[in-house]
Amino acid sequence: MAPEIYNLAQTPITSHAFSPDRNQLAVSLNTNDVQIYSRQGNEWAVAETLSEHDKLVTSIDWAPHSNRIVTASQDRNAYVWQEMPDPETGKLVWKPTLVLLRINRAATHVRWSPKEDKFAVASGARAIAICSFDSENNWWVSKLLKKPIRSTVLSIDWHPNNVLLAAGSADMKARVFSAYIKEVDERPAATVWGSKLPFNTICGEYASPAGGWVHTVGFSPSGDVLAFASHDSSISVVYPGGPVHNIRISSLPFLTLTWTSEDSIVAAGHDCQPVVFSGSEAGWQGIGSLDDTTAPKATDGVRSGYGGNTSVGRLKTGAFATFRDADSRGQSTISGSSSPSADTKLLTVHQNTITSVKPYEIQGDQVIRVSTTGVDGNLVIWDVATVTAGGASAMTARLGSTHLR
Amino acid sequence: MSNVLRPYLAAVRSTLTAALTLENFASQVVERHNKPEVEAGGSKEVLLNPLTISRNENERVLIEPSVNSIRLSIKIKQADEIERILCHQFTRFMMQRAESFIVLRRKPVQGYDISFLITNTHTETMLKHKIVDFIIQFMEEVDREISEMKLSLNARARIVAESYLTAFNT
Repeated sequence: MAPEIYNLAQTPITSHAFSPDRNQLAVSLNTNDVQIYSRQGNEWAVAETLSEHDKLVTSIDWAPHSNRIVTASQDRNAYVWQEMPDPETGKLVWKPTLVLLRINRAATHVRWSPKEDKFAVASGARAIAICSFDSENNWWVSKLLKKPIRSTVLSIDWHPNNVLLAAGSADMKARVFSAYIKEVDERPAATVWGSKLPFNTICGEYASPAGGWVHTVGFSPSGDVLAFASHDSSISVVYPGGPVHNIRISSLPFLTLTWTSEDSIVAAGHDCQPVVFSGSEAGWQGIGSLDDTTAPKATDGVRSGYGGNTSVGRLKTGAFATFRDADSRGQSTISGSSSPSADTKLLTVHQNTITSVKPYEIQGDQVIRVSTTGVDGNLVIWDVATVTAGGASAMTARLGSTHLR
Repeated sequence: MSNVLRPYLAAVRSTLTAALTLENFASQVVERHNKPEVEAGGSKEVLLNPLTISRNENERVLIEPSVNSIRLSIKIKQADEIERILCHQFTRFMMQRAESFIVLRRKPVQGYDISFLITNTHTETMLKHKIVDFIIQFMEEVDREISEMKLSLNARARIVAESYLTAFNT
């Protein structure tokens, strides 16, 4: 099935989150506001704008059961938004609730816990704030996970048991913490990550294979396996107490990943296409891309002016110029070959870096469709089953190894 | 000797492509700031190893990547005094108009003739492969531009000298 493509904006989409029924979509278009789009037939239309932040909104998460949105921003704040009837008109509007984050640098990533009674906010203050609701004061209070984080935390993910939290940070490490809060959580059952889990227990610390910033982390659906992708163009799958599988890829690094089942991962990033990995404890490998880069795409005929050689000045015409160019610039105009880089369009569906991939449709315990948004302002919904093998690196093919004109 | 420039530019192109994997990254040193880490240099862990690609002792490119910005500095070939003057004037002319070039830095890095600063905002608002094309094209053109200026300067000097000396010839 061909992917569904929606162009929401010409600006980057920093984050996106779907409502539980998938008819609404919260996105941040590289601004201080959060836009709520609602589906109208085959289009997305802006229904509401949530403006409370005064710096770039970095991350959005929509709780599927309690229908609450949490947003994090570079202004060091997070807000929980809840749909409430307006006292005058009776219409449902989104109202913010204050979160006492106690961090003094940008909040970078936010995720609801599986039970939705807590959420975690990653930050540039070398800390993760675990927030829980204080009903006495009607605000969210936080407890900070600080040790041993030594740089900005770039991403977080919750374990399904509501207690463990994985974090990837710019100090080249992925870690698993316990975010157990006495007032909120029941005593968790023992998992493969450990049995005694007081707050800020470090259950695992894993370095990226070649020292790259860990851009994204993810627990498998069972929570027994951890995957992380780092800036050294690698993706690592960790079995606690067992093997750590590192897969080095030949293209540009991944920024985001999601598990689609216990044995497969979809990762995407600077290569502009979602790539599927699959495997088990015995070993992991990349099996291909969701984006069929060889398929014919509608070309819009945009050509840049770089291709043509303008002849100005003396000594630049005719045979002299031809031979001099061939000699000094390694450029041949004799064959009349048009430059491959003259085309402005990439062969992938996304035209720029993909910044977030999230599960879209879940059937049983399998994710069958995922949604991606990127810097190009597109939202694409992919069918996980249609994998094209071999389309490994369109971006690098276009950028890196194209022969010069 | 037909492909003498090609491997050099190909090396710059693929390094630049790999280095232009930038993201929005707020400063972890100063509250509510967001600045190019390669320039601020406040946190060492977000800087990557700088890389020099050199064609010969007079021509080289320095690429300094970081999490949200890269700095690319070019040393342009200067064989003699005329080329040195022309190159200085040419880069000065460009750098005084740096804002119209968007990615150009106002001052070159020590030891280089011209520097570019590409931040995550640039890779978000412009096509990434076109930025790479722009830099590569600039590198191709600048040598040609300077040698052309040198040729026309010499030609002009010859004409001036001839017309000056004809006065004594009669």
